[in-house]
Amino acid sequence: MAKPKLALYWAASCGGCEIAVLDIHEKILDVAAAFDIVFWPCAMDFKYQDVRAMEDKSIDLCLFNGSIRNSEAAEIAHMLRAKSKVVVAFGSCALEGGIPGLANLTTKEDILRVVYKDTPSTVTQNGGVYPQTHSKMKEGSIEIPELWETVKSLDQVIDVEYYVPGCPPQPEQIWAVIEHVISGRPLPPKGSILGATDKTCCDECPRDRKEKKIKQFYRPFEIQTDPNECLLDQGMVCMGPATRSGCGALCTKANMPCRGCYGPPPHIVDQGAKMVSALASVIDSTEPEEIERILDQIADPMGTFYRFSLAHSILRRVEKV
Amino acid sequence: MAFEPRIIGFLCNWCSYTGADLAGVSRIKSAPNVRILRTMCSGRVDPAFILKAFQLGADGVIVMGCHLGDCHYQEGNYKTIRRLPFLKRLVKDFGIDPRRLRLEWVSASEGDKFAKIVNEMTEEIRQLGPLKLTVHREIERAIAQP
Repeated sequence: MAKPKLALYWAASCGGCEIAVLDIHEKILDVAAAFDIVFWPCAMDFKYQDVRAMEDKSIDLCLFNGSIRNSEAAEIAHMLRAKSKVVVAFGSCALEGGIPGLANLTTKEDILRVVYKDTPSTVTQNGGVYPQTHSKMKEGSIEIPELWETVKSLDQVIDVEYYVPGCPPQPEQIWAVIEHVISGRPLPPKGSILGATDKTCCDECPRDRKEKKIKQFYRPFEIQTDPNECLLDQGMVCMGPATRSGCGALCTKANMPCRGCYGPPPHIVDQGAKMVSALASVIDSTEPEEIERILDQIADPMGTFYRFSLAHSILRRVEKV
Repeated sequence: MAFEPRIIGFLCNWCSYTGADLAGVSRIKSAPNVRILRTMCSGRVDPAFILKAFQLGADGVIVMGCHLGDCHYQEGNYKTIRRLPFLKRLVKDFGIDPRRLRLEWVSASEGDKFAKIVNEMTEEIRQLGPLKLTVHREIERAIAQP
């Protein structure tokens, strides 16, 4: 019997998810033994037309990482959707926009202006030139993908079967997912989140929690934290209460507050809104002026609460004002 | 057609909803623009409810609860007094005028205050105009082509 076919693709991502796949170490040989890898631009030399030539639904499993922010990524997403039986949004970017999703805090015009005009290292001629989707020169014409105004998560562009959260997903979780597919056990219901649990990051965090009462928030460089006590108790803005578990609380074990990369826990649609709710409950004041003063100490709420989930949040992007 | 603001009102069961009821039975005239949703406590209003209201086309959201110290659950509205100013900051960061989100305390006997606040807010939102968000267009597009 022919081996099942596996495809991996990266759209707007840093490449960390690809590295995470290789972080399963020698088990990658088991993956190669169990699957016929038919497409993996990061690691193997396949071309888009190789996939385009395949029959529909001929790929058994497609692990897609990265968010969608240009016409090329969207085109490949649609193509892989047509060719694949099961598409997995792999990693935070595909799941909820991830770090590239923070581009939704601003506009395409502002991004292009900063990158191609305002940066001190950029030398501009004729007032600067933006990348053109079509350019003609005497040797011929060139087309490059068009950058989108708004970054999208994978499931806002194509239909997705499963989700694997994490920035990047933890290797043991990746292996558990791949092993499940290899074993031939029945697949979970469509829409399931794989490689994570149904509780919050706090559930895996070994630190001691007390009743929270916060009068002062700190940024990491402003405080020497106690290694055994809850970081939020100590006034650090930790995303743990609004984040799904599955990573093993790696950040808090290394004395850093949770960044929220595993996305919102079950039944929560908006990580930022949940964080507002969680922090508002523990601020120790009932005086409006004092509350405002304490809220002033929380640096960059948008970038902190929506660090990974802005593109998939309820409002998805900041409006131009 | 003239713009009529759509305002979602989250009213606590024990004070503000009864206050709105009193405005009704007392036949105090007030703008019909606030769609009232009854919650057991203003502290029950999850910030996600409010963002969701904006996502689904509300031009404004008002949360009303018991006066501080009067909460049926002792301290529910003390959570609200911290949550709403916090959410206002976030809403502003999203590029939505924070005047579109309002918190008021209305007791069961303040029917006239309820009517006054509703009229005031309706007028204010009317001045601000309809709320237009990118997400509205995206949802419309998604519905148009399933």
